[in-house]
Amino acid sequence: MTNVRSDYVRPVDFKHGHVDMTHGGGGRAMTQLIAELFLREFDNEWLRAQNDSACIAMPAGRMVIATDSHVVSPLFFPGGDIGSLSVHGTINDVAMSGAKPLYLAATFVLEEGFPLADLKRIVVSMAAASRAAGVPIVTGDTKVVEKGKGDGVFITTTGVGLVPDGVDIAGDKAQPGDAIIVSGSLGDHGVAIMSLRENLSFETTIESDTAALHNLVATMVAVVPCIHCLRDPTRGGLATTLNEIALQSGCGMVIRERDLPVKAQVSAACEFLGLDPLYVANEGKLVAMVPPAHAQRLLAAMRAHPLGRDAALIGEVREDPLHFVQLDTSFGGRRNVDWLTGEQLPRIC
Amino acid sequence: MKYIDEFRDGALARRLAAAIAREAQPTRHYSLMEFCGGHTHAISRYGITDLLPANVRMIHGPGCPVCVLPVGRIDSAIELASRPGLILATYADTMRVPASKGSSLLKAKAHGADIRMVYSSADAIRIARDNPQRDVVFFAIGFETTTPPTAVAILEAAALGLGNFSVFCNHVLTPAAIANILESPEVRDLGTVPLDGFIGPAHVSTVIGSQPYEYFAEEYGRPVVIAGFEPLDVMQAILMLVRQLNEGRAEVENEFTRAVTREGNGKAKALVAEAFELRRSFEWRGLGEVPYSALRIKEKYRRFDAEARYGLEYRSVADNKACECGAILRGVKKPTDCKVFGTVCTPENPIGSCMVSSEGACAAHYSYGRFKDVPVIAVAAP
Repeated sequence: MTNVRSDYVRPVDFKHGHVDMTHGGGGRAMTQLIAELFLREFDNEWLRAQNDSACIAMPAGRMVIATDSHVVSPLFFPGGDIGSLSVHGTINDVAMSGAKPLYLAATFVLEEGFPLADLKRIVVSMAAASRAAGVPIVTGDTKVVEKGKGDGVFITTTGVGLVPDGVDIAGDKAQPGDAIIVSGSLGDHGVAIMSLRENLSFETTIESDTAALHNLVATMVAVVPCIHCLRDPTRGGLATTLNEIALQSGCGMVIRERDLPVKAQVSAACEFLGLDPLYVANEGKLVAMVPPAHAQRLLAAMRAHPLGRDAALIGEVREDPLHFVQLDTSFGGRRNVDWLTGEQLPRIC
Repeated sequence: MKYIDEFRDGALARRLAAAIAREAQPTRHYSLMEFCGGHTHAISRYGITDLLPANVRMIHGPGCPVCVLPVGRIDSAIELASRPGLILATYADTMRVPASKGSSLLKAKAHGADIRMVYSSADAIRIARDNPQRDVVFFAIGFETTTPPTAVAILEAAALGLGNFSVFCNHVLTPAAIANILESPEVRDLGTVPLDGFIGPAHVSTVIGSQPYEYFAEEYGRPVVIAGFEPLDVMQAILMLVRQLNEGRAEVENEFTRAVTREGNGKAKALVAEAFELRRSFEWRGLGEVPYSALRIKEKYRRFDAEARYGLEYRSVADNKACECGAILRGVKKPTDCKVFGTVCTPENPIGSCMVSSEGACAAHYSYGRFKDVPVIAVAAP
């Protein structure tokens, strides 16, 4: 007679435990972490199958695939955390082709010693973001690196989506005359992150705008299927995104400073940090180029959606063999809006 | 933003622009130097030159702290940062300034030097307190605006007995630089650089006051108008300079009365006098050796002087031959006169210091104004 209970496994200690090398070692500890955390939180039929890959039926049509690594510091910030950010970031990259995002894959690089409580908080937030967006995380991977070789947790997500028929959106399709529309206020995410950095810390009520934009995009393409370009102005802000599209499409742009939506707190923070909101990161905004005849209809549809309430028409695409993005200042002059030089703030997303 | 938007009002700008156009006499030229990089930045960022008549020309001066730092001083900073265990605390602007052999503080950091970017000298003190077992050097640069905070750091380190903290002092003096420009052969003898008047510094003047400029107005017959860094300040100062020149006056006028007095900030000046004394000579990029143009740490605080503590020997290094930063800093040349501007020398790969800081004449023109060099693109703003 023995009193060993063969089926008993002591649960992972998510209250006081820490990541150790065995959590990435391929053994029982790793399997247990996957079962008690990732499987439980992300729960869906593909994960339950417990294969190394997810087997999905291929819908007919054009697929898009996008991948994005997330290394934001700090991991938790007003309005979100690295978990929700890693879901939104990839969904948005997929959605910017006009596609409906269908599935996500997620890879975690964990640093030895990282508190399991924090990991759980991140995974719970990720699962909530994925459920809210209706895009399941169907496969994943976990690796552990030695203490000092990482910084808590890095998350890479990959997404696939399906482009609806009749939609052809890409960065090289902007045409002279197109209207340039942004979906809302600029710089919220960057300022929220900066407010927490140890050498900058200041008090602000600004929250990150991190959000999944695919439903807004679906609304937009339903109303105006002939949208030329969509992109989410993340690192480097709107200025960088406009320069990318100008270069890709072989055109120039002129935007109007007085029409740029910027919250008062964001412009105040930028003022004392010596930053320009045009270069500060966003995680829940998009910019669209659309034929001028459809601009007002698109703007109205965006404003009717909660994530596009503050959408604004900010300028026009024009011919320019040198691909300059220019700004008419509220002051009455005109200047270039150049590419971001160097790095404004490391590890913003 | 309250108290800021008022100084960026487009309608007021148009009224000032109309007044300048009305009062600038069509038969004469007005060459005005804005000394400060802060003004250079404002002029470029708000497109102020678009609002000026063709015969009112702005010349960018040398008042960009990063731009005037010579290569040898950056080399010394890299030498310090490369010492095992040492932490170099620096303002972020210095990170990309080109040093000898294609190096920079940014590259030294990538190679393992512990370089921390700080927003104030107080952050450097905090780093020293948090790392008592390591030496911490604050790379102090700038004109009279950033000098008092460095003085505070030295006095605080003395009060705390912070044995691991020192300052690599590179603080320079505005009046000495203005005098050097006015004494330069191009301005004085050859007349190749017409220089009719100055827009005087904003933040520097809050510390030193308007009094130090009176000498330039009297001795050199050049009007000076001290102006704030907001675009309407600059426009108003230009109008005041045009009026002085039209009336044949050469006076110091103060547009920035909301912050600048004739005497300046007595408390700040006293702090500087406590911690610093004049250097006999200091090398400036563009201006060369300028006598009594910089500060060093007083003997009494010598233990906080990184130059003494680490036995730093200054070695002057010539600028890249193709680089025209020197002439640009003196107002002799425009950024577009430089062969490497926008080709080899860009903000991503600066050859000269004027391409580094956003206050530098080259970087400001490259980032904000270079479309104006192309006639097809330069359609006037509505």
